[in-house]
Amino acid sequence: MSQATESETTEGTGRIESVSGPVVKAVDLDARMNDVVYVGDEGLMGEVIEIEGDVTTIQVYEETSGVAPQEPVENTGEPLTVDLGPGMLNAIYDGVQRPLDVLEEKMGSAFLDRGVDAPGIDLEKKWEFSPEVEAGDTVEAGDVVGIVPETVTIDHKVMVPPEHEGGVVESVEAGEFTVEEPVVTLENGEEIAMRQEWPVREKRPTVEKRTPRTPLVSGQRILDGLFPIAKGGTAAIPGPFGSGKTVTQHSLAKFADADIVIYVGCGERGNEMTEVIEDFPELEDPKTGNSLMARTSLIANTSNMPVAARESCVYTGITIAEYYRDMGYDVALMADSTSRWAEAMREISSRLEEMPGEEGYPAYLAARLAEFYERAGYFENINGTEGSVSAIGAVSPPGGDFSEPVTQNTLRIVKTFWALDADLAERRHFPAINWNESYSLYQDQLDPWFQENVAEDWPERRQWAVDTLDEEGELQEIVQLVGKDALPEDQQLTLEVARYLREGYLQQNAFIEVDMYCPPEETYAILSAIQTFNDEAFDALDAGVPIEDIIDVDAAPKLNRIATREDWEPYVEELETEITEQIRSLY
Amino acid sequence: MKEYQTITEVSGPLVYAEVDEPIGYDEIVEIETPSGDTKRGQVLESEDGTVAIQVFEGTTGIDRNASVRFLGETLKMPVTEDLLGRVMDGSGNPIDGGPEIVPDERRDIVGAAINPYSREYPEEFIQTGVSAIDGMNTLVRGQKLPIFSGSGLPHSDLALQIARQATVPEEDASEGEDAEFAVIFGAMGITQEEANEFMEDFERTGALERSVVFMNLADDPAVERTVTPRLALTTAEYLAFDKGYHVLVVLTDMTNYCEALREIGAAREEVPGRRGYPGYMYTDLAQLYERAGRLKDRGGSVTQIPILTMPGDDDTHPIPDLTGYITEGQIMMDRPLHSQGIEPPVNVLPSLSRLMDDGIGEGLTRADHADVSDQMYAAYAEGEDLRDLVNIVGREALSERDNKYLDFADAFEERFVQQGFETNRTIDETVELGWDLLSTLPRTELNRVDEELIEEHYREDVSAGEGETEEVSAD
Repeated sequence: MSQATESETTEGTGRIESVSGPVVKAVDLDARMNDVVYVGDEGLMGEVIEIEGDVTTIQVYEETSGVAPQEPVENTGEPLTVDLGPGMLNAIYDGVQRPLDVLEEKMGSAFLDRGVDAPGIDLEKKWEFSPEVEAGDTVEAGDVVGIVPETVTIDHKVMVPPEHEGGVVESVEAGEFTVEEPVVTLENGEEIAMRQEWPVREKRPTVEKRTPRTPLVSGQRILDGLFPIAKGGTAAIPGPFGSGKTVTQHSLAKFADADIVIYVGCGERGNEMTEVIEDFPELEDPKTGNSLMARTSLIANTSNMPVAARESCVYTGITIAEYYRDMGYDVALMADSTSRWAEAMREISSRLEEMPGEEGYPAYLAARLAEFYERAGYFENINGTEGSVSAIGAVSPPGGDFSEPVTQNTLRIVKTFWALDADLAERRHFPAINWNESYSLYQDQLDPWFQENVAEDWPERRQWAVDTLDEEGELQEIVQLVGKDALPEDQQLTLEVARYLREGYLQQNAFIEVDMYCPPEETYAILSAIQTFNDEAFDALDAGVPIEDIIDVDAAPKLNRIATREDWEPYVEELETEITEQIRSLY
Repeated sequence: MKEYQTITEVSGPLVYAEVDEPIGYDEIVEIETPSGDTKRGQVLESEDGTVAIQVFEGTTGIDRNASVRFLGETLKMPVTEDLLGRVMDGSGNPIDGGPEIVPDERRDIVGAAINPYSREYPEEFIQTGVSAIDGMNTLVRGQKLPIFSGSGLPHSDLALQIARQATVPEEDASEGEDAEFAVIFGAMGITQEEANEFMEDFERTGALERSVVFMNLADDPAVERTVTPRLALTTAEYLAFDKGYHVLVVLTDMTNYCEALREIGAAREEVPGRRGYPGYMYTDLAQLYERAGRLKDRGGSVTQIPILTMPGDDDTHPIPDLTGYITEGQIMMDRPLHSQGIEPPVNVLPSLSRLMDDGIGEGLTRADHADVSDQMYAAYAEGEDLRDLVNIVGREALSERDNKYLDFADAFEERFVQQGFETNRTIDETVELGWDLLSTLPRTELNRVDEELIEEHYREDVSAGEGETEEVSAD
């Protein structure tokens, strides 16, 4: 969180009137809505969430045990902001952008203490700044004035802050600087440093939101193949516990072809965040071959960390995402889970004794969710570049019931829906994404890209797969009643083909190295191979070959092994020939 | 310390009192009734001039003349290694007639959150000796793996079996040889009979000397239940992270804990969430469950096995539901399996261990463990599906392949899951048993197992079930 508050003059000091969990009421505090305040003798960080007469209500981002009435409350006069500048990648923050590694060092303990503050970006570290402007150039808000190599993968573009009026450059310095030292001086006397601040609850300005037309390739067959999301798109992953939300989110964070990934662990498990912290530095970014952390920023506010900071962590995440978007990057933001965020709102709302809406959630739930997802998109930035923020939110519906308010309000906004299914998870069909319930509204606008970059008949093949799976769904209902053998032969064959689609195409093992990432070309190849089997098999059936013989050809089970082959290209080619020959030899 | 005789309202477990000094949130309070009883409580809400106090031991006997003392500190647990072997009530007072506890330190029972950056990812296999867990839903050190059960199911037997049998094979290979095992048992609202059962088992097996027991019984005050697990976990953290023990915490029954939360919420007239439980129940439960784990550069670990009985065997009820979202999987007890006499009646299909994938494999358990487990899941799920069909069309109408799957599902329950509460199986025995069962299926059906592993382990001459030899075609 922002340290600039130190230099601000204190606007007014009040005192605590009452304490109840994370909600503290103060009197005599001269504060505006959403100002950040320091509460009590320990200086716990909080935010103003209600003002009524002389009484100011504050949500506190830390534990409040032991805090008593009469203790002071100090106003910083500033809303909750994040520090923006080089050093945010390869970092891990809590919900109010305090770096967790720095906190560990400062507290000297593995447990999170209270009242310890730390700046979001290292103020001491020097960065190599190379100017992109010269003396005499005119710069405006958003313009790039220089470049800092932030990580091996990412060049950090130092920009004129958005609210800045700009002007003519008087002098510009190259060399090593800290984030607070001025690197560009304007003729009007204004100085520009690498670091800027932005209030988290406000979106950063842009020129225009555009229709996204490139896919965010995820390397997950069912996503790329059937339900793609666009760069700048929004998606929801709802599912009951144990259905694989987090594994899916992790796979996306690892393999999505975004430039930057912001991973927000909102109210989830501590061990899961540790897994990310331990795994990501060792994993390779499939795009550049560098360490994954070089493009990743983590925000971890686990379920046992203070609830108010959980409420703010998605905003911290999306503000950082927008900042990198302004540089012209494609950013993907994963929020796991938005339900915990909604519950944090509910918890605070109920402590405020607000009139509850559906299931106790505050009436503004829908508005907050919409506001958040609307910050995603494919944008023209104010400096003329184009960048995108894709937002993918996991939803954890109680009891796996999708009719609950968080899922429903999310579905009204997002355009991609990946429905996780407990039944599939139970039979270890992963990713447990239900192909009948899921949808993507981006298909039409993304098809041209797939046609151009992968294969001309991409949409037709996808449609064939969807149709076959649909048909299987209907046939399964009959099978449940009469058994498989009572079906006519062509329907039995459809079931067999659908089984290969499920096992060889839709299933993907996130824990096997060769299978965890599947490029679109391979996705396409597997589907084509299964379709080849389908076409040949039906031809044979028409020619009078008994179904048992067709199903029993040796080559067919190999369809399920393509995904785990390093050498899938020659393997598929060989397999298609093999299948064709073996089936044709039957008649 | 000031004493107040200013109680204005007593309502359920809550007492409201007027004060003329600032009182800290969560501070501990002592209330002395006119008859001389002292009851402890905690500040739930502190306002200028009034405080709301939640009384742990019930409000019976408190009147307006009772005196209220504020101790100026939050609730603390006296911790020391000498706690091992001791039995305490739900508030942490010894009830075993032993000597007074001389603490090394007194620790805040709320416990600060572990910095995710300081955690070490759990991947050390714990062998529980139970095939349904070791083979299919492996437990690792630092995991929180609850048992989802129902009234009348033998969850206590399973928990005891795990506590008794849990070991880490080849301990010396991985880390500090002096790392010892300790069991902390936190009982909330269980009956005296259940408590006796646990205590007898502890004494019979000699487990008591490496255990710390906290007992809040069914007739103890409900509000005390909100404190008991925190005392247990504070002790666990101390033993694990200060003294290097590998601590297994068994908490039973979390349903009673949640009922107590609801009771307090209702007494405070809070806006209720789903089914009357407070809206903050997720956060509250997380503050318990998340106190499991391992830390970088420290020897010990806290592993949690909370037990909860699902009201109406319904896993969408808020208690199991919220628990499942926080814990790293669940072991699901199953009533039909229980009535079939399967011990332990674990239904592996809805069970899950999220940390399994990193805790098994070569060097940890066995190279073929993951594939065998995957394949058995898939095969058992398929067999289960077919059972519905058999009820309608009969076995004769099914293909030979389908019949094999049906036999597999039966054998899986009767030979793999069934083992009795006294049998301790090594992981080798469990996986080998898995191969015995998988070999009753045709080789080509094993599509989730690596071909080389099939070559190595597949048994060509295995028969399905009892005696009736079936032909197993290799192709």
